[in-house]
Amino acid sequence: MGKSADRITLQVARYRPEQDVAPSFQEYEVPCPKDWVVLDGLNYVKDRLDGTLSYRWSCRMGICGSCGMTVNGEPKLTCATFLTDYAPGPVRVEPLRNFPIVRDLIVEIGDFMRKLVTVKPWIVRTAEKPLSEGAYRQTPQELEEYKQFSMCINCMLCYAACPIYGLDPHFIGPAAIALAQRYNLDNRDEGNAERLQILSQHEGIWGCTFVGECTKVCPKHVDPAGAIQRYKLDASVEWLKSFFMPRGA
Amino acid sequence: MTPSHDIVLVGGGGAGLRAAIAIAETNPRLDIAVVSKVYPMRSHTVSAEGGAAGVALPEDTLDEHAYDTISGGDWLTDQDAVEAFVREAPQELLRLEHWGCPWSREPDGRVAVRPFGGMKKMRTWFAADKTGFHMLHTLFQTSLKYTGVRRYDEWFVTTLLVDDGRVQGVVAIELMSGRIATITARAVILCTGGCGRVFPFTTNAAIKNGDGMALAYRAGAPLKDMEFVQYHPTGLPFTGILITEAARAEGGFLINKDGYRYLQDYNLGKPEPTPVLRSMELGPRDRLSQAFMKELEQGRTIDTPYGPVVHLDLRHLGRKKIETKIPFVRELCLKYQNVDPVTDLVPVRPVVHYMMGGVHTDINGATPLSGLYAAGEVACVSINGANRLGSNSLPELLVFGARAGLAAAEYASTCKEPGAAVLAQGKDEEGRLQAGLRRTNGNGERVATIRDEMQKTMEESAGIYRTGESLRRGVEALQALQARACRLAVDDASLTFNTERVTALELSFMLDVASAIVNAALRREESRGAHQRTDFPKRDDQRFLSHSLMYRQSDGSCRVEYLPVTITRWPPGERVYGK
Repeated sequence: MGKSADRITLQVARYRPEQDVAPSFQEYEVPCPKDWVVLDGLNYVKDRLDGTLSYRWSCRMGICGSCGMTVNGEPKLTCATFLTDYAPGPVRVEPLRNFPIVRDLIVEIGDFMRKLVTVKPWIVRTAEKPLSEGAYRQTPQELEEYKQFSMCINCMLCYAACPIYGLDPHFIGPAAIALAQRYNLDNRDEGNAERLQILSQHEGIWGCTFVGECTKVCPKHVDPAGAIQRYKLDASVEWLKSFFMPRGA
Repeated sequence: MTPSHDIVLVGGGGAGLRAAIAIAETNPRLDIAVVSKVYPMRSHTVSAEGGAAGVALPEDTLDEHAYDTISGGDWLTDQDAVEAFVREAPQELLRLEHWGCPWSREPDGRVAVRPFGGMKKMRTWFAADKTGFHMLHTLFQTSLKYTGVRRYDEWFVTTLLVDDGRVQGVVAIELMSGRIATITARAVILCTGGCGRVFPFTTNAAIKNGDGMALAYRAGAPLKDMEFVQYHPTGLPFTGILITEAARAEGGFLINKDGYRYLQDYNLGKPEPTPVLRSMELGPRDRLSQAFMKELEQGRTIDTPYGPVVHLDLRHLGRKKIETKIPFVRELCLKYQNVDPVTDLVPVRPVVHYMMGGVHTDINGATPLSGLYAAGEVACVSINGANRLGSNSLPELLVFGARAGLAAAEYASTCKEPGAAVLAQGKDEEGRLQAGLRRTNGNGERVATIRDEMQKTMEESAGIYRTGESLRRGVEALQALQARACRLAVDDASLTFNTERVTALELSFMLDVASAIVNAALRREESRGAHQRTDFPKRDDQRFLSHSLMYRQSDGSCRVEYLPVTITRWPPGERVYGK
């Protein structure tokens, strides 16, 4: 039967650990009006064709970070990736790479959640300012210093794209480093030295060879590669200083 | 082994995380669990755009914020709650500033504020137009500091455990493994957000299924003011993606098919070239959405494949202002609607956005059921009355998240250990869920079939304008859907991340919540705020200056009671805009 132009084939990776030894592909034909994103196609499958297909999604507006998947080989937010861009198809939808697959299109991101805590992604102060003293001053220029790094939605596309993380799962990874930098560059924060210690350990930034894939795939225009390079520089300076200066208390 | 905690929070969005931090700070010995069906940073707080209101400028006063909120809510707000809210909101927003929230700034480094709908002064703090996103990530990242907060990420709560008149825990499914666990607690705080997904066209994320409302309702706590559903006037057609009110606060116009700023015909003031507070495009959401319906009736909207729209005109703001003040609006319009607000008109139509009603709580987040608390959109305190003002919901989840956390902490420090009876109840629920999982039923109807019909029913019976007749039809249709939902087809028998099972449980929650909405709307024979009855077009303070409380009967039907509104200093008056 000939396929009309207003439909497209999804080749969706399926994996159910109770019954499958390895992932395989299943094909579904779905409508593809011009406003439909890949996620709409998956929802069509789930609602009408096959209720057993599992994947994560929530906001459908590119901000909650749930629906990252591999679309035709590239990490994408499926709510922000139009089906018609892949016409006439087929569109291959797989789970994000570099993570353990739980089931179908769902991966396990616990590794990132644990690493995120280690970089202390919160304001670190030697003395907390009481609320009664009001707000910190922060000029628009000071805000601009860290702003782009605060835009990370933790969607994990950068981990899926990172060749280093793929080879060495100890690598702390692009988003966690970008978020460390987000606080380091915030003029309200004093935690730079603590974070540098954590990041300059062997699993940290030295692993990154500045491939820059993370920055390319970020849907929110964060530049983790830039954060990592800047960090390397700071850390080398600290490392050199350690030879020539006595250690502080 | 049964996990046990002092306090279990259901939901890890803004209210839940604020409550968790409040508890950890007030009593570090308390053992806190945050149980959420998604990772906390995926919570729907993330989608809030425009801002968070709290008096900031010397020329503004707490009383003015209170008055705007009370009149905006058409006098259905509890004024004692509003007074506490406006007093504590600035402190809470300041606390977020200390925790690192990237609030937008004035050139000298002070926190900036912007105008917002229904507000007479500029008092809305903002982080460009991703305010909810930044607040949520600030709260989440800050919460990681507190080692006393144990997280159950991607656990779905199915029921509250109640014995001896006290809530003493929950039963939840770990999605990753399918494990079902009874988690006991001295106190439970519901922070699950709203229920926009009971309607077909909504800004709400897929996870907004009224879970917490249904959990409380089934456990015997009443739902309050459920007839008040907010339609936001500016959603993108097809997706329902929200275009923030900030777009109008920065100077955007709403125009009909003739290019005419039609709001001037609806008692909202005169059109001026720049925004005027509490006027025209900065009127309250209920009145703007109602004006759209009148334009539609007059044939002055524009037809599109996804329904009638009007236009939001931002072109005169210029690229620079759009990119600095509302960059996300541009990103969303470009990505999802293929229009550029710098050069094009943006098609918009009213979209279900927020639930004014919710689980009945007092000013400290306590429900009438001992041991059960609620905060954020899931709760109804009520500071929003018959219509919430834009930018009041983000400070609400901070103020009442913190209050509920403190009240629950105090209660949990003095109340008894959970009893053995709830463990037996937990076992029963585990059995029910396991039996459900074993029973795959290829012959029944799909979850999506019944969900679609429920959503259509809600739009037709309880939309922007309602009648007794439409609502009675809605009540009947929902009863029929409830019966059909008992025979759902669920194909997936896997224990591992079984999302089909979750959607079936969510549907059952939504049907209960939908029924409460329609029944409450049928019984309120007046028009007030977002509840507009064409058969009772006037506000009726004699009969209805009171909150509706819906109780679930054992047969699934509703019983309604009314509770007078608390008036402190602002007697009911006329809502005046544009003057």
